[in-house]
Amino acid sequence: MTEAAVRAKNFRHFFGEVPTLKDITLEIRQNEIFGIIGPSGSGKSSFLRALNRLNDLVPNSRTEGTLEVHGQDVYGPETSVVELRRRLGMVFATPVPLPRSVFENVAFGARMAGVKGRERLTELVADSLRKTALWEEVMDRLDSSALKLSGGQQQRLCLARILALKPEFILLDEPTSGLDPISTMKIEETLRQLKPEFTIILVTNNTKQAARVADRTAFFLNGELVEVDRTEKIFSAPSDPRTNDYISGKFG
Amino acid sequence: MNISINPRTEQSVVRVLLWIFTAITVFILFFIIFYVLKRGLPVVSLEFLTRNPAEMGKAGGIFSTIVGTVALTLLAILIATPLGVGSAIFLTEYTRENWVTRVIRFGSECLAGIPSIIFGLFGFILFVTKLGFGWSLLSGGLTLAFMILPLIIRTSEEAIRSVPYAYREVSFSLGSTKWQTVTRVVLPSALPGIATGVILSVGRSIGETAAVIFTAGSSLHLPTSLFSSSRTMSVHFYILAREGISMDNAYGTAAVLIIAILSINVLAYSLMNRFMRRYC
Amino acid sequence: MAATRLERNERLIRLSLLLIAFSAVSILLVITVFIFAEGTPIMFKYGLKKFLFSLDWFPLEKSYGLLPMIIGSLYVTGGALVIGVPFGLACAVVLTEFSSKRLRRLLKPIIELLAGIPSVVFGFIGVVILIPFIRDNLGGPGFSVLAASIILGIMILPTIISISIDSLEAVPRSYREGSIALGATRWQTTRMVMLPAAKSGIIASIILGMGRAIGETMAVIMIAGNAATIPRSPLDPVRTLTSNIALELGYAAGEHRQALFATGVILFLIIMILNTIANLTSMKRKP
Repeated sequence: MTEAAVRAKNFRHFFGEVPTLKDITLEIRQNEIFGIIGPSGSGKSSFLRALNRLNDLVPNSRTEGTLEVHGQDVYGPETSVVELRRRLGMVFATPVPLPRSVFENVAFGARMAGVKGRERLTELVADSLRKTALWEEVMDRLDSSALKLSGGQQQRLCLARILALKPEFILLDEPTSGLDPISTMKIEETLRQLKPEFTIILVTNNTKQAARVADRTAFFLNGELVEVDRTEKIFSAPSDPRTNDYISGKFG
Repeated sequence: MNISINPRTEQSVVRVLLWIFTAITVFILFFIIFYVLKRGLPVVSLEFLTRNPAEMGKAGGIFSTIVGTVALTLLAILIATPLGVGSAIFLTEYTRENWVTRVIRFGSECLAGIPSIIFGLFGFILFVTKLGFGWSLLSGGLTLAFMILPLIIRTSEEAIRSVPYAYREVSFSLGSTKWQTVTRVVLPSALPGIATGVILSVGRSIGETAAVIFTAGSSLHLPTSLFSSSRTMSVHFYILAREGISMDNAYGTAAVLIIAILSINVLAYSLMNRFMRRYC
Repeated sequence: MAATRLERNERLIRLSLLLIAFSAVSILLVITVFIFAEGTPIMFKYGLKKFLFSLDWFPLEKSYGLLPMIIGSLYVTGGALVIGVPFGLACAVVLTEFSSKRLRRLLKPIIELLAGIPSVVFGFIGVVILIPFIRDNLGGPGFSVLAASIILGIMILPTIISISIDSLEAVPRSYREGSIALGATRWQTTRMVMLPAAKSGIIASIILGMGRAIGETMAVIMIAGNAATIPRSPLDPVRTLTSNIALELGYAAGEHRQALFATGVILFLIIMILNTIANLTSMKRKP
């Protein structure tokens, strides 16, 4: 029986008076790829950002209920936000390489966490780049600007950047929405290879991507969790008619 | 009877008038520079730049005034830059728009509008007299620092604001504290813009006379400490011209001043352009 | 835990930055307090009405009448605007509406560079070229309201030109294109569409220019003649509030020095009044 990696119980989130997440109760299992689908504004991103408390950056952000990660209360007074964010690495929809070299980008988070020494960092960077299948492509231009990489390469760079922090979770917020099919495929393949070591939560606008990659999938609508189940079940015989409507494209 | 002018004719007439005005304006502005340079450059030589003034400035060079100018400007920048950049960081990164930021900005704008002679008065009464620093580099440097502070705050704020929000978000999501984000992401990216502001302030300080003459004094001796009185190039030029001591040397000093200021401003602009190109 | 220690440091950092941010405000307050503290006692001791409205400035005889200088400042600033605004606006309009972008990109930075020329140089040029010209061709001593207005007007040109160009450039292209599409000539478009749209920025540039003119000291000392009497014609010499301070601060003592600080107070107040009026009128026009 695998222990729950993420447990949400009656979790709510507000910006001021406006609710973005209403009464979310779910569990995400260790080492699975958990997909979250739903139309724009359904709260998928808010849920992801509630996990690593990136919502805290926005004024008037407020939560109620419980959200636990490996047994630890995300919003508890004991929790260090800085440490939390290192454990839950996030990849954003638009790849954001920092205006630095490839090497410095990947090493960025690790340096901030206090990792020192050129040798250690080089090893860390190479390891992370290999894990995201980027090493071959950039190994001879580690010191060139990261801005010169293609979109797909930049996104894999962003992935490598968080891997250098040795996180427990990988959060992805529509990571391939701006990428071409081949880059998308490469990233999906990378996620499958990373699964044994990490728990992966993938928010996507593309239902087919969830169908391809996720073990279990949750359907969010208007801030509510409508349904969560094994991916094959969600896509073949969903319990809730709204899920069926969304997947078959009746609305989106 | 209603006479309506043909719009095309009106435009032609207006156009000619406007171009005449513009030509006069541009001509005058350029003329001033060329005139000073034409009369002044022949006076400027290596000797002029490296020798101290003699006979109250009638002979010799302007070396001590160059040293005075550099020392005073350096001091002003060293004081004003941390204060200005720190203020800008606070205004952009550590607080939202509220009455606090409005008060701070209002204070900065008002400070920018105060004439230099009032700064001279203030510096004179506070630093020279009440605090007992006397006419000195210290009094002058502090006074100048207060004068250039608003400019540094404004340019730093602009530079910091133009750093894309996404960079900050990424930095936070990688587990950084706010200060780490500021020092490792925001400031490095804003640096060219901030540097531009500092360089423009240098240009402004070099040309400043009224505030300096009543705080740093007008000693022709080479300054030896923070408490030495010293004369800057602008002050030297003013005294030479007004007392009629030496027209030639006056032109020479003016030429050096103008070239220094123009080069500094050109440097600032090219930095700013490089900054723009990186992000636009 | 190391991370929470960093987070505790954050609060300290924020507090330090808050204090630093208030430096500009504190400095402003300190300056205001000192100038007023030094200047107001003598104003009331001497009598505020006499101070502001008496024509006699003879500090060595304890006579401190500022009226000639107040009027002098106003004349000279007004004259500077009369010269600077038409030429400056004309230049801005020509560079944005009637010439190529390349010319503008070439000239605008150069004009802005000229804003960096020290005021003493402007004053000097005035002395060497303008004063003899006025004296020989128009009469009077040459050191005059006219000379000061011309030189100050030239000094504020880069400010007015640069900011007006920025304001005109910021007007959406659709305004211009829409007007031309309706058959208006470029001048009609400029006059009826572009200039009104850029009005607030242009007015701001004029306010800034006015501030620079009224606060100018060194150039004015060199060319205005510095006679402490009310000028009866533009060819008469004039003394401004700023020159009043700068001319005598070097050797003033005791009450005399306090009177100069009082001059500073008056200057301060006049600038604030002018700025407020200017800002109010520009704000009232906003729809």
